[in-house]
Amino acid sequence: MKKLINDPANVIADALHGLAAAHPELRVDFENRVIVRGDAPVRGKVGLVSGGGSGHEPLHGGFVGPGMLDAACAGEVFTSPVPDQMVAATQAVDGGAGVLHIVKNYTGDIMNFELAAEMVAADSGTEVATVVIDDDVAVQDSLYTAGRRGVGATVLVEKIAGAAAEEGRPLAEVAEVAGKVNAYARSMGLALTSCTVPAAGRPTFDLPDDQMEVGIGIHGEPGRRRVPVAPANEIAEMLVSPILTDLDFTGGDGVICFVNGMGATPLIELYVMFHEVNQLLAKNGIPVARSLVGPYITSLDMAGCSVTLLKADDELLRLWDAPVNTPALRRGV
Amino acid sequence: MEVSDLTAWVQEFARLVALERDELTALDSAIGDGDHGFNMDRGLSAAVAALEASPPESPSALFKTVGMTMISKVGGASGPLYGTAFLRMAASAGSPVDAAGFAQVLHAALEGVVARGKASVGDKTMVDALTPAVEAFDAALASGGDPFQAAADAAEKGREATIPLVARKGRASYLGERSAGHPDPGATSVTLLMRAAATTLGNAG
Repeated sequence: MKKLINDPANVIADALHGLAAAHPELRVDFENRVIVRGDAPVRGKVGLVSGGGSGHEPLHGGFVGPGMLDAACAGEVFTSPVPDQMVAATQAVDGGAGVLHIVKNYTGDIMNFELAAEMVAADSGTEVATVVIDDDVAVQDSLYTAGRRGVGATVLVEKIAGAAAEEGRPLAEVAEVAGKVNAYARSMGLALTSCTVPAAGRPTFDLPDDQMEVGIGIHGEPGRRRVPVAPANEIAEMLVSPILTDLDFTGGDGVICFVNGMGATPLIELYVMFHEVNQLLAKNGIPVARSLVGPYITSLDMAGCSVTLLKADDELLRLWDAPVNTPALRRGV
Repeated sequence: MEVSDLTAWVQEFARLVALERDELTALDSAIGDGDHGFNMDRGLSAAVAALEASPPESPSALFKTVGMTMISKVGGASGPLYGTAFLRMAASAGSPVDAAGFAQVLHAALEGVVARGKASVGDKTMVDALTPAVEAFDAALASGGDPFQAAADAAEKGREATIPLVARKGRASYLGERSAGHPDPGATSVTLLMRAAATTLGNAG
């Protein structure tokens, strides 16, 4: 294992110290491992709290700031944070208008956020609403399983719901916007290599040089199937076609197209992928209204990418274009 | 059963989990995310330390300390599941706890796990070991056997029965058919909980 770390046990604490030093506009609660917007709580504004296992940076801590999240909880690598962290985050950002929990659909995340909401309800008058993100078409949805995983749509939800909250809209409306983004977004990912969890010290799964794993999640869990390495245009087809099969993206105001890097893939390859995805969408009569290209929801040092499409309308595009000022996403400010 | 007996149960559970830590982690690596042994060991060590630091005065206080510690320290899915189980036990425990009272405590734990995890028997989870354990405890109590030993044996059988199952809850469910052929790590830690009860609270204890 070659990594820029000290003791593997201290990776998260060390990284939080770095984040705090690089971004004095944020407050970092090192004991609870919570990253908070510097001016929180913002009076009269709905607070947005997310969190999850570490290893997906910049998600979630890199998206804390005006126009996006008010606080993020950092768990151990690929392990949900605990309720105490979520309670601390919720209390830190409660400006009197309630707090929205943005939760990726993993069993541990769901249960810990659920417990945190119960603890907040028992402790204080803070109103908490929850939106669960489950956009990964690689997992067959079923009433009898844990359901689809939350992946790329999380970034879009945090941006768009963040803009809605910034406009001063009430909790129910912010939650509704977040739910709408999730309902109209679909994702599919692919790995060229495994990732290496610092505490484990070796790759999570073996992937031969001439193979790639299609339909991966963001924790090094195996995907739908293993196939020989292919050119970018064929990869784009493998990712886009299950998304288009799952939801009709034609009509409406086009899509927000998000090509995400898994951590170790350079931007030049992500732009090659965006070109292919864009052409495929054009062929299917789906205009790209907005785009996002880069590593925003990663899986440590995994090489690969994911594609997320969000069926947009006027409201979603307006909120997408609103100013945002966070370490990882900044525009209009 | 006094507070001291129940404390011994929790200590024995912590000891067994520490002993089997690598085995639990290996089981979890096969079908989950490979942290069950490590997380449970961390949570139970903290729970044992909390009980030593401020010894509880009632069974209810004891279970509450264990539950809150598991929720705060474990993370993942097992923290909320074991934490909820112990908190429900705290709510249903009298003082002292007799065998019939312990049956109630076990039922409360099972109801808590089911409510939190929304799993049923056959989903390849903790519930597959806990449900038969609770039923065997009731049956042995009615027929005059050692309910603690009966519950431990039933939990072990329930765990073995998870081997061929395809997971329908938790991270293992993403594997679909590939989750078959491995015992469930959560059901495995439940067998340790019930084995600890048999050796500390049952006739063998």
